[in-house]
Amino acid sequence: MSPAAAGALFIASLLLALALCHRPLGGYMYRVYAGTRHSRLELGIYRLIGVKPDGEQRWSGYARSVLAFSILSILLLYGLQRLQSHLFLSLGMGPVEPALAWNTAVSFVTNTNWQAYAGESAMGHLVQTAGLAVQNFLSAAAGLAVAVALVRGFARERSETLGNFWVDLVRGTIRILLPIAFVAALLLVAGGVIQTFDGHFTWTTLTGGQQTFTPAAAAGQEAIKELGTNGGGVFNVNSAHPFENPTSWTNWIEIFLLLLIPASLPRTFGRMVGDTRQGYAILSVMAILAVLAIGVTQWAELGAGGTVPQAVGQAMEGRETRFGVSNSGMFASATTLTSTGAVDSAHDSYTALGGGMLIFNMLLGEVAPGGVGAGLYGMLILAVITVFVAGLMVGRTPEYLGKRIGTREIKLASLYFLVTPALVLAGTATAMATGTGRSAMLNTGPHGLSEILYAYTSAAANNGSAFAGLGANTAFYNTSLGLCMAFGRFLPIVLVLALAGSLARQAPVPVSAGTLPTHRPQFVGLVVGVTLVLGALTFLPALALGPLAEGLR
Amino acid sequence: MPTSVPKAPGRSSGGRANIPAGGGLVDPGQLLRALPDALRKLNPAKMWRNPVMFIVEVGAAFTTVLAVLDPSWFAWAIVLWLWLTVVFANLAEAVAEGRGKAQAATLRAARRDTTARRLRDSADRTRWDVVGAAELRQGDHVIVEAGEVVPADGDVIDGIASVDESAITGESAPVIRESGGDRSAVTGGTRVLSDRIIVEVTQRPGDSFVDRMIALVEGADRQKTPNEIALNILLAALTIIFLIATATMQPLAIYAKSANPGVPDSLALTADGVTGVVLISLIVCLIPTTIGALLSAIGIAGMDRLVQRNVLAMSGRAVEAAGDVSTLLLDKTGTITLGNRQAGAFVPVAGVTEEELAGAAQLSSLADETPEGRSIVIYAKERYGLRERAPGELAHAEWVPFTAQTRMSGVNVDGREVRKGAATAVMKWVRDGGGHPTDEVGHLVDGISASGGTPLVVAERGRVLGVIHLKDVVKEGMRERFDEMRRMGIRTVMITGDNPLTARAIAEEAGVDDYLAEATPEDKLALIRQEQAGGRLVAMTGDGTNDAPALAQSDVGVAMNTGTSAAKEAGNMVDLESNPTKLIEIVEIGKQLLITRGALTTFSIANDVAKYFAIIPAMFAAVYPGLDRLNIMRLASPQSAILSAVVFNAIIIVALIPLALRGVRYRPSSAARLLGRNLYLYGLGGMIVPFIGIKLIDLLIQFLPGMS
Repeated sequence: MSPAAAGALFIASLLLALALCHRPLGGYMYRVYAGTRHSRLELGIYRLIGVKPDGEQRWSGYARSVLAFSILSILLLYGLQRLQSHLFLSLGMGPVEPALAWNTAVSFVTNTNWQAYAGESAMGHLVQTAGLAVQNFLSAAAGLAVAVALVRGFARERSETLGNFWVDLVRGTIRILLPIAFVAALLLVAGGVIQTFDGHFTWTTLTGGQQTFTPAAAAGQEAIKELGTNGGGVFNVNSAHPFENPTSWTNWIEIFLLLLIPASLPRTFGRMVGDTRQGYAILSVMAILAVLAIGVTQWAELGAGGTVPQAVGQAMEGRETRFGVSNSGMFASATTLTSTGAVDSAHDSYTALGGGMLIFNMLLGEVAPGGVGAGLYGMLILAVITVFVAGLMVGRTPEYLGKRIGTREIKLASLYFLVTPALVLAGTATAMATGTGRSAMLNTGPHGLSEILYAYTSAAANNGSAFAGLGANTAFYNTSLGLCMAFGRFLPIVLVLALAGSLARQAPVPVSAGTLPTHRPQFVGLVVGVTLVLGALTFLPALALGPLAEGLR
Repeated sequence: MPTSVPKAPGRSSGGRANIPAGGGLVDPGQLLRALPDALRKLNPAKMWRNPVMFIVEVGAAFTTVLAVLDPSWFAWAIVLWLWLTVVFANLAEAVAEGRGKAQAATLRAARRDTTARRLRDSADRTRWDVVGAAELRQGDHVIVEAGEVVPADGDVIDGIASVDESAITGESAPVIRESGGDRSAVTGGTRVLSDRIIVEVTQRPGDSFVDRMIALVEGADRQKTPNEIALNILLAALTIIFLIATATMQPLAIYAKSANPGVPDSLALTADGVTGVVLISLIVCLIPTTIGALLSAIGIAGMDRLVQRNVLAMSGRAVEAAGDVSTLLLDKTGTITLGNRQAGAFVPVAGVTEEELAGAAQLSSLADETPEGRSIVIYAKERYGLRERAPGELAHAEWVPFTAQTRMSGVNVDGREVRKGAATAVMKWVRDGGGHPTDEVGHLVDGISASGGTPLVVAERGRVLGVIHLKDVVKEGMRERFDEMRRMGIRTVMITGDNPLTARAIAEEAGVDDYLAEATPEDKLALIRQEQAGGRLVAMTGDGTNDAPALAQSDVGVAMNTGTSAAKEAGNMVDLESNPTKLIEIVEIGKQLLITRGALTTFSIANDVAKYFAIIPAMFAAVYPGLDRLNIMRLASPQSAILSAVVFNAIIIVALIPLALRGVRYRPSSAARLLGRNLYLYGLGGMIVPFIGIKLIDLLIQFLPGMS
């Protein structure tokens, strides 16, 4: 089988598996969030944290809970890192630098998992398991909760409340993430991923040097790292590490896991608003954008440099031989289309256009299918903006799912839409304008620019993957990227919840022949078009001086 | 100069929203006349109201400074076209306002200073003071006689008069205004042609109907409508994004230049980054100037289109709401059916021929000037060939007029007595004359009533001849209209005082979706509340005082100009022609307004794609030659590429002024089809047109100095 055919088979089998799984999982998640009964374990947790599980929150209360929970988590994670040498299971590692500890704490709480450290040499078992792994669950559950709150805004009528954040958080963790992650971890262990706390071992390398390795509970962390679209690996080289991702089969599982929940959420959305066709429409938009993105990257990578470089293996630069060009490309596409940021190859080594496409995936707001929860609410915001312009063209005040998109709604959606471009572009420009920023580039010219653009895009979009080629563990980058991650996560969340609040208050407008249908191919095509055009218009100048300047010759 | 009053009479009754009304096209003269206004609007304090164009103006001013400091042909050409962009935007608004101003001028003529004869005591109609019209207060009573101008808005409380309202409605035929009933309102500025009336003033000083009309057509207190505000927010957000995108490009551009030290400075890119003139050009090309420039003109033109159809909207909000309406409440009489019932059949009793009955019916109706009476004569003529005779021909005939007591009319001629009228009255008259009407007559009468018609019995002294069947006649084309409404997703509900049986028969014939029979004003109000509770917007027309609560409750309440002051006060639109069918056109105009905004927004955003393809290679191909592959239009030089984009951006505003004023073509159809068509035209068209336009401009201007 040719590499291209093998790659196509790999990609097609993934898409098929997702197509089979999204309905049952989406329906299950719908039942999780719509249910009214609490398990005994959950009731115990509510009592412990002092929450009345049946008390509903208004949007502002919901938002305050998200923020309070997140700030507390950041402080906790920061403390754990700074104090790890005084605690147990530190493996003898010292306290993490303040700037790096801030960056890492924000990174994991915001579901970004940008890692400016090397896991093996900076974080002990305690930080890894009680800090980072816990946040891998909770940050994903928080994203799910916000998405569910927005969908409730569409589904509810004349309601002041959006549900209870703590209940949504606990249910998402216990009923959705933990069980799937458990099964996935077993599969990964079966596939050869390690799961142990046993000491160190040392061996002699090919060059005769001594190398020490500390095994870790990799499989458990790996499962939630992908499932929760987190991306923060136990080891520095992330999913390229043979103990994190030993075979093509585990590679397949990991890609599947990172796409699984985001691709199933449109189904949950459809069920919650009582019209599964709306869910299919949103899923179709995601699928079309994803397939286009995957296609461009595959085309760029498989065709890189022509026959000779391919034959001599030049195209394999930065890839693991056990995955190859095509499967690595698929992992790279999936990780940037979601907000995962796990990597099994060095994106820096991709062709200019292939790497540019990865940046563009994130710049579009990571909506195809996006992060756990974040992808759905990002896509719904795009649908709202599309409905606004298209709705005018049918001669009515625009409405989506029976809710009018008026002044307040479009204000919130527009602000949401502003956040990512403002952070990415302002961050990149600041770094490019300062000597401190430029000095971290390991390449010059457009490629160096792409490295910085990639870093700020990854942080603002809460992706967390790195292009590599940028010495990002400096006070400047740790601080500024940390700020991008925090604003890139919480500003949109507050805006989304405010939007949900104003939608929930409305009485629905009944559907008639004069209503813009939002479940047809026409609308799907329109959202795809609006997403691509707005994304391209916003970022073309920056992309032109980076990937396009390098790639167009 | 369109000096005629709002519009020629009778134009709009059959007019449709997609017919360009009253000079939808802009002639160059109009643009020239609007130019002074457009220049006055350059005042930054006024430009601020339009953030997108304000930024263009600031950019134009900034580039002017740059061009003075570092003059070049290229810089001055850009400066010129940036200023033209702002002027063109102002021109659009000025042209739209100009049409209103012409109308306001004719209205002002109607608001002459008049004097009024104010009664000292409302009980005594003989003593009055002569005062200026401005001194009148609400509740004052004034006397107006033939030849005088009504000094203020009010209700006739005594008398009847014919009034010339052409100054306001443009309708030259005089109308009758009388005390009591629903035709009591008179408007200040109209002229009484005959008789004498006492008017109770209902307006506050300086707040007359004409005052409000002038303010409306001039757009003096024009407020942004909710949807306009929402759209402005989106446009502002897009503007901010493009400002960020261009501003943050600068450090990247400086780096790109420094990374390629061998490349000489150009007009577009120096060691200090992209030059100010080019940067401003890029910003202006990217921000949504097309829709930003035309947005307010679209709003003004929408109101104007209503005025063309003799409808005054008291707020832009109401026009917008009209587009959203999902339920139309239509009065049966006058809207769905012709105002009056008409003879539809002569049904003789046994032993009488139809011709015999027709003859008697005609004879009894010759002097009957009511529309029903006229229709009997016409029906007899058309159906039975009976010659219409003038009452004067029968010199010795004694005409018996209809009175409320007798409830019948007729004639005594040559010893023959003929009557027609309400069944009970005529039957009594027959019995009194010694006749014995059979049960057959009763059956005929009941049958006609049950079918929704009105029976009139025709009789001679002592003998019933038969029954005239008066029918409601559904106006022509109504069924098609209602089908159209259904396709647009609008539900039509017929409101009638008839019994449910009659109502259903007519509802079925007319093809409305629903009906409300034996409707009282309370029923109407309840129906509106119920529809609104279901999230629907309701539009209705009304004229009577008892319609006022429903008019106030509805989202679009169109009061008839013939109606009472209370009704006019309660509604948010007034139809000067008092044509209830116009509600349908109002809905179409509302939709057209929103569609025009959406279409031009889409067009504006879609345009940016081509502009990037012109400007990005122009800026950066010098440092990264590969980017010249983006120059797919093969524009002659970086300078001509940038200037072409700026010129296109300015010219497209002027080119679209007619469309903004006329509104995009609107044909009632489902939302999906409308969207498909508009996307194709303004979305796809918006992508392609600028590629062609910029290329054509480039072909011309590449020969200008400084372009190579």
